[in-house]
Amino acid sequence: MKRRLWFWQALLLAAIFGLWHVATAPDLLPPIVWDNPDRAAFFFGEPLKMFVVIRDWFVSGEIYPHLWVTLQETALAFVIGSLLGLAIGLWLGLTPFASMLLDPYIKAANAMPRVVLAPIFMVWFGLGIWSKVALGVTLVFFIVFFNVYQGVKEVSPVVLSNATMLGASRRQLLRHVYLPSATSWVFSSLHTSVGMAFVGAVVGEYLGSARGVGYLIHMAEGAFDINTVFAGILVLTVFALVLDFAVSAAEKRLLVWRPVQGETEPQL
Amino acid sequence: MDPAVSLEKVTCTFAAKSGEGHYTAVKDVDLAIAGGEFVSVVGPTGCGKSTLLNVAAGLLRPSSGAVKIHGEPLAGINRRAGYMFQAESLMPWRSALANVTAGLEFRGEEAASARAKAEGWLERVGLAGFGDRYPHQLSGGMRKRVSLAQMLILDPQILLMDEPFSALDVQTRQLMENELLELWSADRKSVIFITHDLEEAISLSDRVVVLSAGPATRPIGEYVIDLPRPRDVSEIRLTPRFIELHDRIWHAMKGEVLKGYAQTRNRTSG
Repeated sequence: MKRRLWFWQALLLAAIFGLWHVATAPDLLPPIVWDNPDRAAFFFGEPLKMFVVIRDWFVSGEIYPHLWVTLQETALAFVIGSLLGLAIGLWLGLTPFASMLLDPYIKAANAMPRVVLAPIFMVWFGLGIWSKVALGVTLVFFIVFFNVYQGVKEVSPVVLSNATMLGASRRQLLRHVYLPSATSWVFSSLHTSVGMAFVGAVVGEYLGSARGVGYLIHMAEGAFDINTVFAGILVLTVFALVLDFAVSAAEKRLLVWRPVQGETEPQL
Repeated sequence: MDPAVSLEKVTCTFAAKSGEGHYTAVKDVDLAIAGGEFVSVVGPTGCGKSTLLNVAAGLLRPSSGAVKIHGEPLAGINRRAGYMFQAESLMPWRSALANVTAGLEFRGEEAASARAKAEGWLERVGLAGFGDRYPHQLSGGMRKRVSLAQMLILDPQILLMDEPFSALDVQTRQLMENELLELWSADRKSVIFITHDLEEAISLSDRVVVLSAGPATRPIGEYVIDLPRPRDVSEIRLTPRFIELHDRIWHAMKGEVLKGYAQTRNRTSG
């Protein structure tokens, strides 16, 4: 069953590329929309040429430094944003006064479209990786923050009382009850926050940089080289899929204690 | 000799959830448990039984009245007591073994010796070899055994148990009750056992305290259970003396249970 599904999925992918090729290759079909046979290829690119671009990137090794930069930005934005979100989420979750005081500001900061901060970060941090990391951090932070904040509020009062009766001090409660509980919420938002870190990195690169896959796309666009733009998009998509797989693997390892739906329980 | 736990004129008043007014859960409760005594507290549902236990544990400060532990006034958490909760209380991110070692860890005991002790306790509650399971991988009865080990490993002098077995099926429940009695008879700790099940109360205890329906719950009767020990909880229920005691206590309780039932019904329908 699973193999057959794989087969159909691969066939669908091939069909999409096939259709794309047939619709854009000059002079293959009689012109329908445009009179000029090269017009479709100009707007939509040609898959074969796109694959040639990708092959050249990997054969010449030109793509690796760009991928590496994008990966670094994504990873840094994810780690810094998650740690900040975890720390501040824990703090506000445990300090009712501070959370009431800051509540409207947090709502406002979250509502703001943070991509507009990108130019400011470029002024502050330059065109290197840190302006992209900063943008990614602002995106990741709020996802993690809200999850941790909620997680702290929803720690089971019975588990807390039990730990207290077992002799946990306030610090031990933080370390052994609040933190693990909050961390599990961070992991439950892992897919979204890694995705956001990636968005921050690519958008940052696109708006101004000297390296990274976003930069490659931006340069190609400036030269109306649509095949290279699509090549960049495809590489980014595959890259994002690989990241997502890595996150799923990490999640599986780190959340073994979580109940899985449908898992049987041994009876005594 | 001072009693292990004594509540003197304990009253607990809460601000009502609706905002206005107050709700008095328990009023002027006097209760004393001697060293090594097994006392059950029974009463209709929602009568403030858990409130009393939380007061004895130091988790809740009474609005008025005093709590004394072996003659000393209680300040803060009751460090001599172990508490077994009605709801799930294990830390889900810790394995069974790590849950049992938690108390020792909080007290700063070395990891290796804590582990060795915990393995011993898991064996005593019949869970040898289940140490690396996480709570969600255990059945309800097994989780209660872990809770029991988690509490007993700290060797508390006083056990506070809040309907610990109420979520279990009847068979598992009687098994657990027998095991509890066996563990208890080994070193006779003082126990306050909260339950709404009169049969459970009688079969386990030296003394049964009956509470009135809430609000302003207070004890309305005390019965000494003179059944011989060691007991088997399922067999002792068939003895004439048990039935006699059950009749007597049930007769006293019945009115309160009906009152409590009527109140809950009014609350939900109103």
